Amino acid sequence: MVLAVLLCSGGAIASLAARQADAQKGTSVDPVPAPPPTSAAQREEIARGRSLFLDACSSCHGDDARGLPGLAPSLHGAGAAAADFYLSTGRMPLANPTDEPTRAEPIYSRDEIDALAAYVASLGVGPPIPRVDPDAGRLNEGLAAFTLHCAGCHQVSARGGIVTGGVAPALQDATPTQIAAAVRVGPFLMPSFNENQISDAELNSIVRYVLSTRHPDDRGGWGIGHIGPIPEGMIAWLLAGTALLLVARLIGERNPV
Amino acid sequence: MTRLVRRRRRPARSGEERLTDSARLVDERLGASPLLKAAMKYLFPDHWSFLLGEIALYSFLVLVATGIFLTFFFEPSTAPTIYDGSYTPLVGAQVSEAYASTVDISFDVPAGLLMRQAHHWAALVFVVAIVLHLMRVFFTGAFRKPRDINWLIGVTLVTCALIEGFLGYSLPDDLLSGMGLAIAYGVALSIPAIGGQLAVLLWDGSFPGSADFIGRMYIVHVLLLPVTIAVLITAHLAIIVRQKHSQFPGPGRREDNVIGTPMWPAYALRALGMMLATAALLFLLGGLVQINPIWQYGPYQPYLGTNGAQPDWYMGWLIGALRLMPGFDVTVGDYTLIPNPFWGGVLFPTVVFGVLYAWPAIERRIAKDYRRHDLLDRPRDAPLRTAFGAAFFTWIAVIFVAGAADRLLVDIGFPYESQVWYFRVLAIALPIPIFFLVRRICRELRASEVRPLRAWTGTLVRRRPDGSFEELGDGSGTSPDSPRRAPGRRA
Amino acid sequence: MSRPPARSPRGELIVVCALLAAGAFSVAFVLLYAFDANTQLLAVSLGLAVGALALAGVVAGKWVVDQRKAVEARPRLVDEALEREVAGTIVQGAEGVSRRRLIVGAAAAAGAGVTAAAVAPLASLGPGDVSAQLKATPWRAGVTLVDDNGDPIGVDQLEVGSWLTAFPRGGDPRQLGASIVVVQVAEEYLDLPPERRDWAPRGIMAFSKICTHAGCAVALFRYPTYEPTSQRPALVCPCHYSTFDVGRSSKVVFGPAGRPLPQLPLRIEPDGTLVAAGDLSGAIGPAWWGVRRS
Repeated sequence: MVLAVLLCSGGAIASLAARQADAQKGTSVDPVPAPPPTSAAQREEIARGRSLFLDACSSCHGDDARGLPGLAPSLHGAGAAAADFYLSTGRMPLANPTDEPTRAEPIYSRDEIDALAAYVASLGVGPPIPRVDPDAGRLNEGLAAFTLHCAGCHQVSARGGIVTGGVAPALQDATPTQIAAAVRVGPFLMPSFNENQISDAELNSIVRYVLSTRHPDDRGGWGIGHIGPIPEGMIAWLLAGTALLLVARLIGERNPV
Repeated sequence: MTRLVRRRRRPARSGEERLTDSARLVDERLGASPLLKAAMKYLFPDHWSFLLGEIALYSFLVLVATGIFLTFFFEPSTAPTIYDGSYTPLVGAQVSEAYASTVDISFDVPAGLLMRQAHHWAALVFVVAIVLHLMRVFFTGAFRKPRDINWLIGVTLVTCALIEGFLGYSLPDDLLSGMGLAIAYGVALSIPAIGGQLAVLLWDGSFPGSADFIGRMYIVHVLLLPVTIAVLITAHLAIIVRQKHSQFPGPGRREDNVIGTPMWPAYALRALGMMLATAALLFLLGGLVQINPIWQYGPYQPYLGTNGAQPDWYMGWLIGALRLMPGFDVTVGDYTLIPNPFWGGVLFPTVVFGVLYAWPAIERRIAKDYRRHDLLDRPRDAPLRTAFGAAFFTWIAVIFVAGAADRLLVDIGFPYESQVWYFRVLAIALPIPIFFLVRRICRELRASEVRPLRAWTGTLVRRRPDGSFEELGDGSGTSPDSPRRAPGRRA
Repeated sequence: MSRPPARSPRGELIVVCALLAAGAFSVAFVLLYAFDANTQLLAVSLGLAVGALALAGVVAGKWVVDQRKAVEARPRLVDEALEREVAGTIVQGAEGVSRRRLIVGAAAAAGAGVTAAAVAPLASLGPGDVSAQLKATPWRAGVTLVDDNGDPIGVDQLEVGSWLTAFPRGGDPRQLGASIVVVQVAEEYLDLPPERRDWAPRGIMAFSKICTHAGCAVALFRYPTYEPTSQRPALVCPCHYSTFDVGRSSKVVFGPAGRPLPQLPLRIEPDGTLVAAGDLSGAIGPAWWGVRRS
């Protein structure tokens, strides 16, 4: 009977842990511990990352990186992908915790970012920095997948868009790794997509498509921003309308004479 | 032996004699000389603002010409097909025949993209010109009797142009226009009592409609509406010819005469120049500035959406209205009576067009002016009308900007949720001070004029220091540089 | 007869040059069309050709030809005598006709009837009772959810903070009632009414993807990385930004939508496949007269 109680309570605790493990996107209250570092170089990198972290990040994320209420989430289980994404796009450090993290000039060098990512990865198992091969992707698969999963926020030509509560950025500045990391991590208000929903092959195609939006096929002439009818209407009024008014002024009379 | 006798050559005829021969040729068959004479002598008052309607007419001609080209290549069919053309990102995608044929026109038909884009630019410029022309007619009072019927025809032409344009850019069945059709369906559904039947009737079933739907849009777009527009334009022009064009007041201009340029030679050449300039601009735009690149948007499916979807500019006032309405359906218990899109999508345009249609009658009543008018007002001469028009168009313009400026304002740090509130308040609040401001400006402009009002007749007087008056004459010979002031008339 | 002096010799020269230029550009257009057909070059050549013609027309019309204006009288439109004559002629047509009022009344009745007869066949275009058509959905208990390739959707494709688009197996994905959006949220966001508590196994929920405002696809999903400094999970429509709080059964928290998105009850099969546990909770898509809210 004691065994039964133990088993039941064990099961209850296990299921509670499983629920809580699901609780936060990209992080978990009780993450799976990361494997220990295997070399001195790794240990050194993690230590360097930790000291950088304590300098700048701990004021919001806490000295133990478990987050501070009302300021920032726990980074345990966030994984190297999240750290690398936020830092290499300059979204972190964030001056004001209630601001939307937006792309900015990163304040850390590549080595520093690697160190911080290694430190975050050591806090718990999370998404690793993805390996992407855009050339292995197919544009047609990419357009179809991007339209279905991404265009609602980022606009079909990846020019960015609005969601209530935030801005989905334009993607022309994003590197392949950053694009893939964002898909897996789901930064800020973005949803996340795992490998079972968007396979690595499909992700290659999506990345290839996003890269192609830097130079869309503009065989019709000046692309005027690739955001559709609003610039077109402006041209109709400000360019065509003005030009035709000028021609009319030239042809017609001004005051009755 | 026969000798070929050379016929004596007739003496050379002059150019004018040859033209007379041609005229006789036509007359022998049609008796058209009186008509030709009248046409060539027809007088056009030629203020530049009278050319705005012509710009619309010439845009329409470009629309018809480029449209005919497109009809040879466009496939108005919803039948699914696998795209297999020269645009790689679409290869293998399931698209409708309509979409595939539009991409083919853009990529594989020589000069196809030029014609397609010129056609679309012409549609945008057509409505720009119509709106400018409508404003000119409104603010100069040209809609007054006897031209009130022409005003009604004109407002009907606006309606036709809007619908025609909407149908035109919805034909390719691309992601952007498909979303617009879904919204049109939602708006149709929202009409009380008959909405459900109307929507299912128009779409031949529930959205996205039957296999016939694109075909229905097509026949309205290439036949029914163009013929209607052409007939209305013909009536519009015929009435102008019958009544003769109005004119601004000026030296020698009276209500019972017309002073203008004869059709031949000057006006015909100028009008030709305006037509060719319009066409030149539209063709230049058609190849140099990209418009509606549907291959970048991909095909429409009811379960797909893109951020930043917008209609063409002339429907922007409606998306603004749909976005600004607070979120409620009018219900009785559990049953919906008036769904939300009704207010912005049906009632708002009905009110706007209702005011436009009714305006000549409204103004007659308010101003108690039932006379015929052939001399135009300058906007300042009718302060109430000008102020009301400014306020009315401001109301529409604020709603239009609300629908279009979301991205721009968010980019400068103004979140969308706040925008909606600001625009709601602005739409109601801004027209009121605009009304009073414009009315004041009109009155001040008139009161401060140095030159007497053109076509004014009366007597100028000057008050002496002792309070008595001396007459200065009737003012008709006053030079434009005279420092004497005409009495200002407050409306 | 001697001709009067030329009004504008320079203008005439411009007209001639413009016409020749137009000819040249037109030839260029034809050659480009035949050999290259590049859209920008075609536009420039055609535009310049037509523009040169325009210049010729304008210069000729404004400077070269006679510019004098003329005066003429405006026609009187009203002629009282004629109006009386017109009315009199019409009335005279009824001379010798005795039962005028009766005939006119009968004609009016006939006209009304004929108009009705002419208009009535329009109903052949139209639907009868539409509510069944508008409410039709292919969802029933036991229908498997599949993705856009037709493959069944398993819970392993979802994680907290993810979403996907799904369809009923065997259904037509273009039908408005078919497309649904599946999301997974942390249990802390769930605030469902009692009768729907078991519609969201593991925080996985499904809603119709068609916005209840005007019918666009609800193509945005926002999920906060850290909710205290951002927003609750919600589905958002890109057209007019109607925002639906998924944890509260897609209650409308912003925007012009008047009803929440209908929810599809879900069940997880032993092999992890997602299956519908019933039909959608209400009418899908934009509302119409008489449709029920729940």
